[in-house]
Amino acid sequence: MSRLETRFAARKAAGQKALVTYLVAGDPEPQATLPALRALAAGGADVIELGVPFSDPEAEGPDIQAGCERALRHAVTLRDVLAMAKAFRQENSETALVLMGYLNSVERMGYETFAKAAAEAGIDGLILVNLPPEEADALQTCLAPRDIDLIFLLAPTTTEARARAILERASGFVYYVSLKGTTGAGHIDPEDVAARLAPLRSMTDLPIAIGFGIRDGETAQRMAPLGDGVVVGSAIVRRMGALALEEQPAELESFARSLREALDASC
Amino acid sequence: MTQAKGSPASPGPAGWSEYNLPDAQGHFGQFGGRFVAETLMHALDELEAVYRERMGDAAFQAQFKEELRSYVGRPTPLYHAERLSAELGGAQVYMKREDLNHTGAHKVNSALGQALLAKHMGKRRIIAETGAGQHGVASATVAARLGLECVVYMGEEDVRRQSPNVYRMKLLGATVVPVTSGSKTLKDAMNEAMRDWVTNVDHTHYIIGTVAGPHPYPMIVRDFQSVIGEETRAQCLETLGRLPDTLVACVGGGSNALGLFYPFIRDESVRLVGVEAGGYGIASGQHAAPLSAGVPGVLHGNRTYLMEDEDGQIIATHSVSAGLDYPGVGPEHAFLKDAQRAEYVAVTDDDALAAFHHVTRKEGIIPALETSHALAWILEHAPKLPKDHVIVVNLSGRGDKDIFTIAEREGISL
Repeated sequence: MSRLETRFAARKAAGQKALVTYLVAGDPEPQATLPALRALAAGGADVIELGVPFSDPEAEGPDIQAGCERALRHAVTLRDVLAMAKAFRQENSETALVLMGYLNSVERMGYETFAKAAAEAGIDGLILVNLPPEEADALQTCLAPRDIDLIFLLAPTTTEARARAILERASGFVYYVSLKGTTGAGHIDPEDVAARLAPLRSMTDLPIAIGFGIRDGETAQRMAPLGDGVVVGSAIVRRMGALALEEQPAELESFARSLREALDASC
Repeated sequence: MTQAKGSPASPGPAGWSEYNLPDAQGHFGQFGGRFVAETLMHALDELEAVYRERMGDAAFQAQFKEELRSYVGRPTPLYHAERLSAELGGAQVYMKREDLNHTGAHKVNSALGQALLAKHMGKRRIIAETGAGQHGVASATVAARLGLECVVYMGEEDVRRQSPNVYRMKLLGATVVPVTSGSKTLKDAMNEAMRDWVTNVDHTHYIIGTVAGPHPYPMIVRDFQSVIGEETRAQCLETLGRLPDTLVACVGGGSNALGLFYPFIRDESVRLVGVEAGGYGIASGQHAAPLSAGVPGVLHGNRTYLMEDEDGQIIATHSVSAGLDYPGVGPEHAFLKDAQRAEYVAVTDDDALAAFHHVTRKEGIIPALETSHALAWILEHAPKLPKDHVIVVNLSGRGDKDIFTIAEREGISL
């Protein structure tokens, strides 16, 4: 069983929901990332999505755009991100680590080179926001032998037929985009999400994590019962941008713990 | 790029006479495709379905043709630049006068077609990105004409550089949103437009201004712009009794070039030349010429040639012409380059400016700075060609919008 499946399964067995957190690698500076990863894990994150900074993050809201810009001011590259992941993996074998970014970063490195380096760094999954399943065969062929899950997103606009086709190729978990908009948007609607998730439930046994627009314990608690986990990203990136380097780990750990407690209170 | 799917760059077993791309998934060989966030996939499917239905619908076609005639002012003339041709002493230079369109450039052809599609899809709001402001003005114009709400995204830097066009858009009732992220230019305006679209996809149509973006945009924009090449073809046959020998056009995203080239792709005797923005020169790295000096990659929904660094980050471009200042190019151009059906060259800022002045004085036509890149190629190459060689250049836009930029460069205050 992969690390992603193990983490989701363990939470499920305990009657709990998984906490998925996101931060931009190298934001606001490269030395911030390893302490931040440790803090999120210590605060109870089951999965950490490590954002690969990209010059043109077209699906992101203002917080994550700013995080990418801060990281790119330090010229953080995909190779740097993999090195950060590897450093974390050497001291933590429990927390699942997923890279999240845009196709061009991986395409420039080359699929095979990337897959090999990601496996060596202990990466468990990959989310590429602008890589739809119908264009993903070649990359998936490189990732599958290394047990790296290519994680796909489902959106409120995804039709049922399309959802079926996507879920046939999905592995690891399914990322359900809770609203029409960019990351960190403010108009999440639990009833709408519940209605749209119901048919998806019957189509897959994979865990479903709900993301986009979950910003605090309260929204996490409201969304948690609808899926197997929640994703919190922009709210973390905003903290990374606002806090001094030495304040970040303690703040992040306590924020992650507050989310963890909110999730546990929802069950 | 071993990982890319699709055929290598060849027109297919039957050769160019049967050229028929893109394929069903929007690929031009390894280029093109649909690389967007999942939320937009359904909107692109819907757009493609509506487009295919309307293209086969005689009433829609008649409506589009009539709007082009009575509102845009088509057909545009094919003008024989006799003084310029005589002076150059070689090929005969003909100009396809897209500058005479309503709003002053070719952009309106596609903006109009897409706004009509939006109307047919029941979308009441259109959004657009713009660099120099020509596509923004064209979109604002057709929105006013059809009673649609219009929001135009424009890099903060371009808002400053192109203030007359910003005011023009506002007069037409559009909202102009300055974009402050990234490099604050055209590519960032496109990012911001995609963010708007993903949020408002239910009631909004995104009018992309060039032959780039996710499938079906490169196909739709090309088809709407093909009126340029179709008219040129008919005009050549009527006045010269034959096809032209060479077609020349400037290439930023590449919509005016593809509009001219597309109806001639199957005629292998016709040479196709696309002219990119060479900025301070290719060797300087300060240019906007991805076909001349870029690599294949994925940006703004399609795989194409891009200007990027070793890590795949999109790099800043430079051109004196805001309309060519873009790090990517339409995927069909990428395909035509690799298949060697079209050739792509770069012209520097200085050569484009020299051509701007030369043609203005010689022919009494003030060309856009974008167009001046294509004219610079002609000034260099026409003298070497025989007198019976016919070159058609797409005079894609007029230069009124550029007089401030030119005056500023020459130290003149207006």
